[in-house]
Amino acid sequence: MQVKVFVTPRMGILDPQGRAVESSLQSLGFKNVSGVKVGKYILLEVEARTASEARDEAKKMCEALLANPVIEDYRFEVDGE
Amino acid sequence: MKWGVVRFPGSLDDGDALYAIAEVMGQDARILWHKDESLGGVECILLPGGFSYGDYLRTGAIARFSPIMKSVAKFAADGGLVIGICNGFQILCEAHLIPGALTRNRSLSFICERVWIRVENASTPFTRATKRGDLLRLPIKHGEGLYVAPEDELRQMEERGQVILRYVDADGRESDAANPNGSMRAIAGVANQRFNVFGLMPHPEHAVEAMLGGVDGLKIFQSIAGSAR
Amino acid sequence: MSERPVSLPGEPKVDLEQARAHGLAPDEYRKIEQIIGRTPTYTELGVFSVMWSEHCSYKSSRRHLRKLPSKSELVVQGPGENAGAIDVGDGWAAVFKIESHNHPSFVEPYQGAATGVGGILRDIFTMGARPVASMNSLKFGSFEHPRTRYLLGGVVGGIGGYGNCVGVPTVAGEVMFDAAYNANILVNAFCLGLVRKGEMMSAKARGPGNPVLYVGSATGRDGIHGASMASAEFDKQSEAKRPAVQVGDPFTEKLLIEACLEAGKTGAIVAIQDMGAAGLTSSSSEMAAHGGLGIELDLDKVPLREAGLTPYEILLSESQERMLIVAERGREAELKTVFDKWDLHAVVIGHVTEDKRWRMRWRGQIVADIPIGALADDAPVYDRPAAEPKAQPQTKISITEKPGTAKALRALLDSPNIASKKWVYRQYDSIVQSNTVLGPGSDAAVLRIKNSRRAIALKVDSNPRACALDPYLGAVGTVCEAARNVACAGARPVGITNCLNYGNPERPEVMWQFVRGVEGLRDASIAFGAPVVSGNVSFYNETEGHPIPPTPTIAVLGVMIDVSKHVTQFFKNAGDAIAIVRTATPSLAASEYAAIFGIDGGRLGAIDLAREAALIEGLVEGAEQGLIRSAHDVAEGGLAVALAEACFNPRAILGAEVELGRAGNAAAVDFFGEGASTVVLSIAERDAARVESLFAGRGLEFAVIGRVIADPRLKISGTLDEGIAELQRIYEDAIPRRLRGSD
Repeated sequence: MQVKVFVTPRMGILDPQGRAVESSLQSLGFKNVSGVKVGKYILLEVEARTASEARDEAKKMCEALLANPVIEDYRFEVDGE
Repeated sequence: MKWGVVRFPGSLDDGDALYAIAEVMGQDARILWHKDESLGGVECILLPGGFSYGDYLRTGAIARFSPIMKSVAKFAADGGLVIGICNGFQILCEAHLIPGALTRNRSLSFICERVWIRVENASTPFTRATKRGDLLRLPIKHGEGLYVAPEDELRQMEERGQVILRYVDADGRESDAANPNGSMRAIAGVANQRFNVFGLMPHPEHAVEAMLGGVDGLKIFQSIAGSAR
Repeated sequence: MSERPVSLPGEPKVDLEQARAHGLAPDEYRKIEQIIGRTPTYTELGVFSVMWSEHCSYKSSRRHLRKLPSKSELVVQGPGENAGAIDVGDGWAAVFKIESHNHPSFVEPYQGAATGVGGILRDIFTMGARPVASMNSLKFGSFEHPRTRYLLGGVVGGIGGYGNCVGVPTVAGEVMFDAAYNANILVNAFCLGLVRKGEMMSAKARGPGNPVLYVGSATGRDGIHGASMASAEFDKQSEAKRPAVQVGDPFTEKLLIEACLEAGKTGAIVAIQDMGAAGLTSSSSEMAAHGGLGIELDLDKVPLREAGLTPYEILLSESQERMLIVAERGREAELKTVFDKWDLHAVVIGHVTEDKRWRMRWRGQIVADIPIGALADDAPVYDRPAAEPKAQPQTKISITEKPGTAKALRALLDSPNIASKKWVYRQYDSIVQSNTVLGPGSDAAVLRIKNSRRAIALKVDSNPRACALDPYLGAVGTVCEAARNVACAGARPVGITNCLNYGNPERPEVMWQFVRGVEGLRDASIAFGAPVVSGNVSFYNETEGHPIPPTPTIAVLGVMIDVSKHVTQFFKNAGDAIAIVRTATPSLAASEYAAIFGIDGGRLGAIDLAREAALIEGLVEGAEQGLIRSAHDVAEGGLAVALAEACFNPRAILGAEVELGRAGNAAAVDFFGEGASTVVLSIAERDAARVESLFAGRGLEFAVIGRVIADPRLKISGTLDEGIAELQRIYEDAIPRRLRGSD
């Protein structure tokens, strides 16, 4: 089962990459842009019988390795849900 | 004192730390291989700089799962002295042996230069050979050294004296320009609550010989050597 | 099972047209048919096309490179292996080489530069040497060109991203910006390693029956035809060739360094070579050819990153971080243990044969079977016509009024070619391995050798503007400059490596530039007794018919007997005498002053190599006797800039008060002239006479021109009086200011 994990900088944490992207977008004329965050997108194949089993597994993986809760938030989507 | 320097795949300053401790300080030091679980009876563990596992997911995130890190965590829980330099600091944060995290430098680029560091707490096993307010000239070289922690935790850490080192200018004053990577509260080094685990971004092992630019790093190693149990 | 090589179903038909599409000339294709006695298979055609490309075969340059001196009593290894080696004393050999990665870096600057660093590192540790220092020489278009910032950021990021992650310090380099490189940047990467003499490894296969091991990363489709891409001119399509660029994995490289050096200690390695340009093809055929043997590989055993690669792709892939090893038969397991420890692939994929054939098997068929010599030694060699162009390029004269001296000095310090490159080198780890005595920002880098009093000094230089005026004198001057920088630090030049960057060799005028450049390199090398032990040629550096200026990049290795005697470029004490020593009279030819103010600097002056060698001897002797407090080479911007730079002592800035030219009558050339091999010295007052005899006794022009002063101001001949702090601010901020975009 395919799981898509999105890891983003936590609200309120300085995100220099996001800031750099935001200011260059604005200098390109996209004045309506704000709140840019740069994160990671991780694609996984998880062997699981049900979507909820895959969800449980994905959550464990995020907490163990894929995201660092001090600086990052995560969310994920399980295919077929 | 018996020292162990952990070699992870991608460790780079392991040889330099070993050289500083064994050749310059004349102490007993050995390499500990990341796949081993034995610590060989050492009294201080040093996690060196580098790019362990390429730092591909997050700095230090994969190294913390090395077999030896279980033993390091247990050693720390028993009160053993652990120092993490640069990547070692990142690994200690990922392993939750030290609060906070290290993220990309404010400038988004790698920075290699000598900076001024002020000692904020001299009554720790890692700084006892210094005095509070002492200035150390130490090199930094990292792309991800911006120290972050939740504001309330930072406040508690300051109260407890866990903030050990701070970036300052040549006159010992904090300023935005003197903060090379944008760390919160200009933090360069922190300890855990028990003061037996210490992480810092500057490299004391690269400041142990006058010919190579300075000897201020020796004070950190001398402090640790003088703290043998 | 057929023993005759076959093309595979679905592969294109091999004919003259297909050969042309592969970059082979009709004569070359006919020669291939003649050598193998039949039509080549598609795989074989691909293999010939890369092995006979300019990049791999040196077909246009080979006959000229033979002129270069490659012997001295210190040479441990001359050209012919992956890199050259020089005895630096106390049982150590320094293994070093410089190589270009120009085309890939223009197409994808980050990965192009990163893999350039990776490739040159492998050339060094292949020899059994631990890489201890990197340098680089970078040429970008003008700062105002729209792509320059992107390319600069990418290249510097790539060099740092790779170099920092493998733990090899980047200790020196040069960066130049000139419109002549707007459409063809240069990225030349240098690496030096140290190995105990007698423990060097070789790339010559021995022992028929010995197994061939593939180690390192798995093979993917990266960089197929990278070698032939480096042998063609740029056109508008080049940017669309992006997928051909390889992606580097410095983490794996670091593991490979440790594993290969550890494996070398087992004694089970007979020969080892990295899979660089033309990957598995060149490494396997060169190792066998150099050993006078053959090789047979089973391509089904090659570790693949993705399914479905054809033999053609497997053989031509330029995936990075891979090595090929010939092991002693029966000792494969020992080697595997080492590579297992470092979590790397180590797979036996074939063996050495006696029959001098290069034979590739895949799924029960033979897909290539070629006499081994045809791929290496019997590759075509050309004697391309060389002709001096009729009209020499003329600098445009557009100056309306002469700038004042102070204004000119500020403009020069603000030129990105002269200004501090700190923005660049701050992004490189220059101190890992604990040997860096002098790092970037010095005339030459100085590295101590642990457990020895000795040190080595390194400098990389180029001077394309001078080479454009006169490709011979420009090359001679470049070698002199690099050697002089090393000598300023107190080291004696002992070896040279070079990267010769030129345009399309099929043009007679480019070939003439190249031949004259090689002759200049030869003559200077002989004069300094510093042989050329390794090198690389990069042709076809041109875009849409515009070649780059001839750019021979020269790196010089120097040896210092006692590291404690090393000399830096900065003034040390107020009251010290400031002196200059030089071999000739400066001129504005090819100067930064002429370039900035758009004047015709005239022709280059002659170079007297005996005087150049005498200058170097004097500098080294002066340093060894502890007579020289500081020594700084006068380079871009001339004497005034050199004096200012010598005042920028990071410990404590000082000032200087000097008198130039005939009193009160100094001209621009006295302040800003270049090209005369001039060194600014500071000397304790009491030593001035001894230092004078050191140089004047060698027939060189020596003059005390002033003294170091505590007041941080630069005062010259009563016509210039500037605060050092302000000059330093201009010098430090020139590049950051331009990158901030607040011009």
